[in-house]
Parts: sequence; C-alpha cells; structure tokens
Amino acid sequence: MKIQVLGTGCAKCKQLTANAEKAVAELGLGVPVEKVEDVREIMKFRVLSTPALVVDGTVKSLGRVLTPEAIKDLLRV
Amino acid sequence: MKRVDPTPAATPTRRTGRTVLLLAAGLAAWIAAYVAILPVSRFMTFRVLGLGPASHLGESVAFFLYDTPKVLLLLALIVFFVGIVRSFFTAERTRAILAGKRESVGNVLAALLGVVTPFCSCSAVPLFLGFVEVGIPLGVTFSFLVSAPMVNEVALVLLFGLFGWKVAALYLATGLTIAIAAGCVLGRMKPERHVEPWVYESMRTKATFEGERLGFTGRVGKGVEAVRDVVGKVWPWVLAGIAVGAGIHGYAPEGLLASFMGKSAWWSVPAAVVIGVPMYSNAAGIIPVVEALLGKGAALGTVLAFMMSVIALSLPEIVILRKVLRPPLIAAFVGVVASGILLVGWLFNAVL
Repeated sequence: MKIQVLGTGCAKCKQLTANAEKAVAELGLGVPVEKVEDVREIMKFRVLSTPALVVDGTVKSLGRVLTPEAIKDLLRV
Repeated sequence: MKRVDPTPAATPTRRTGRTVLLLAAGLAAWIAAYVAILPVSRFMTFRVLGLGPASHLGESVAFFLYDTPKVLLLLALIVFFVGIVRSFFTAERTRAILAGKRESVGNVLAALLGVVTPFCSCSAVPLFLGFVEVGIPLGVTFSFLVSAPMVNEVALVLLFGLFGWKVAALYLATGLTIAIAAGCVLGRMKPERHVEPWVYESMRTKATFEGERLGFTGRVGKGVEAVRDVVGKVWPWVLAGIAVGAGIHGYAPEGLLASFMGKSAWWSVPAAVVIGVPMYSNAAGIIPVVEALLGKGAALGTVLAFMMSVIALSLPEIVILRKVLRPPLIAAFVGVVASGILLVGWLFNAVL
C-alpha cells in the first residue's frame, strides 16, 4: 500500500500528514506516508485543491484535513 | 470529529431525524447564549470585577468581555451554514462552470464563485494550473484568485455583525468590482507571456477523484467540520484582535486617529494599503481592530482599504504564486489589485 499526501507545505498539509501517519501507526500497516511537495508532481494527480490524500495512486480526499479516524476508514477498505 | 452513532439500526430517516433534532437544540442554545452576552458582560465587569463604568479599564474590559463572545458566536453560526453551502461548491465544480466561458461573463462569474468556493491560499497554485489546463482565460482565473480570499463569508459576517448591513453590502459590492476589474485589466495585458513555461507543457493524466455523495447528515457534518476548522484556527486571532481593539477603545482619546487616518488626509489610504499588503491575517483577526479604529475617528475608506489589502494580498500567497508566474506578472497582479483597493478607499472617503 502506498500512501501519499499532496500539498505545498502549508499548515493543513502538515496536519494531514501527521493524521495519516497516526492512522497508519494505529492500523499497524508499517508503510511510510510520502509527502509530495513539488507542484509539478502534485499536478500529475490533477487535483485543484490541497491537501489531498492519495492511496495507491487514487485520490481519496481533496482540500480537507481528514481526522485519523476518517483516514483509518479509508485505509481499511 | 464525533460521529453520529453508526449502528446498523440507524436507518437513513432516523439519522436525518436525529440530525434535525440536534440542529434545533444547537440553534436554541446559540440564541440563548447570544441574548445573555450583554447582561453577563456588564455583570462581570462592573459587579464581579467592580470596575467603574467611566474608567478606562472598565471600558476596555467591558468591550473585551462583550465583543469576544459576540464575535465568536456569530462566527460559529455563519461558518456552520457556509460550510453547508460550500459542500455544494467544490473547486472542481467551479472549474466546470467556468470552463468555456468568454472573458467579461467569465470574470463576473469567477468573482461570484470566488465568494462561495472553498479556497485556501495554499491551494492557489494547483487551482491556477487546473484552471489553465481546461482553457479558462488567465484574466478570469485572476478574478477568482482576488475574490476568493478577499470577499469571504467571515469578512462579510463580521462586518454585518459589527457595522450593519450597509457596510457589509458596500464591502461585497466593491470587493466583487475590484476582482472583476482586476481580472479584466490583467487579461488585456497578454499575461500568458509571463507564465512559467512548464505550466503549458502537457500534464495529461486521467483525473482520479470521484466526488463524494453527501446526504443531509453529511452536509451538516461538513458544517460542523467547518466550524471546528475555522473557529478552532482563528479564535486566537479574534482574541488578539479584540484585545488590541479593547485597548484602543478604552485608552485612545476620541479623534486621536482622525488627524492621520481621517478623511482629510488623502495619503492615509495609500499608506494603509502599503502597510496592509505584506501583512497576512484573516478577516476574523483584523475586523475587531477595524472596529476600534473606526470608533476613534479613522475614516471608513481608509480602514476598509487596510482590511482589503491585508486579506486579499499577502506575502505568503505571492511566494506561492511565484512558482507559476514570472515577476512581471506578479508585479502587475499586486499592482492592479492594490490600485483597485486604493480607488475604493478614496471613493468611500469622498462619498461618505
């Protein structure tokens, strides 16, 4: 499983990364949360708002800071 | 976020019913709290703390204890409803509406959509690129980028709550006008020359995000989320703003500011804009200061120009936009928007 957070480094993006890391740790997945901060890389996912959460190359959320609980729900499926 | 109990027994109708009940209870509590602010703040200041109504400290403390809960309550209520409204307007939908629109019409639509579309200046670049990609003219995109931060619900509500509907309406009308005009002017300047070349290199991959389906409860949840997000973030600003405002309210003599922020000083508007542009705050933090400044004789045009320049243009946003725009276009963007704000400031000072 590959988990990425897209964001240009604003406070919301950092918070989403932290929440994703928490969710991953609580589920015991043992995978890193990759931060994608380069605009060109971000644009490859064709998102209009950041932060975005990407799981296995699929954009799961846009422009929102999901709670660790909500991220866990996304990762379980 | 507290979840509505997801037991299998909770059918959609029952969940909706429960949400409506919770909503009604929340509103009732809100109204009760709002009505109680004035008597409670006076009781605290003059009875519990025993401050004299005429003393400087008494005035400052009364102002602080009254305005803080008032502003926070108004903010929570509006952010809640705006959160619900915004769950209907995503950046993606806005882009779909704007795609294929001519300039003029596009500028007006972009400015209007900027008011309701959720936007954070950290998303400015992805949004800019996404707009360019579907062929939305740059001028139209600029109208959106000006309107989105400047004319936002927090600014409007606070202006309405503290100064009445006339000032709020003036702010809305002039803010939209600046956004539309700035987009039109920038669109005429052949801005494409000054966009970083890589922007136009193809970025053809398939869009992968499927929209969320939200029911009534889901949208109310969005409202609650917005309140937690916005109020949770801006309350220290509001507090700081009101504290400064309270200090000015109690201690600055009447008319102190009239000499250098009043109508007669023509240079006060450009000075306010020059000071305001690099500053970065949000409407919630700046408005209580605005209120106090107005109360002490500063002219409305000067104060609004200050507020607009603080929230519409900021150094962090300029730094972010630099990734896609070359310096001449950045300079034109800042220059055109600042000029618009300047004109509005002078106009208000001359008319009111």
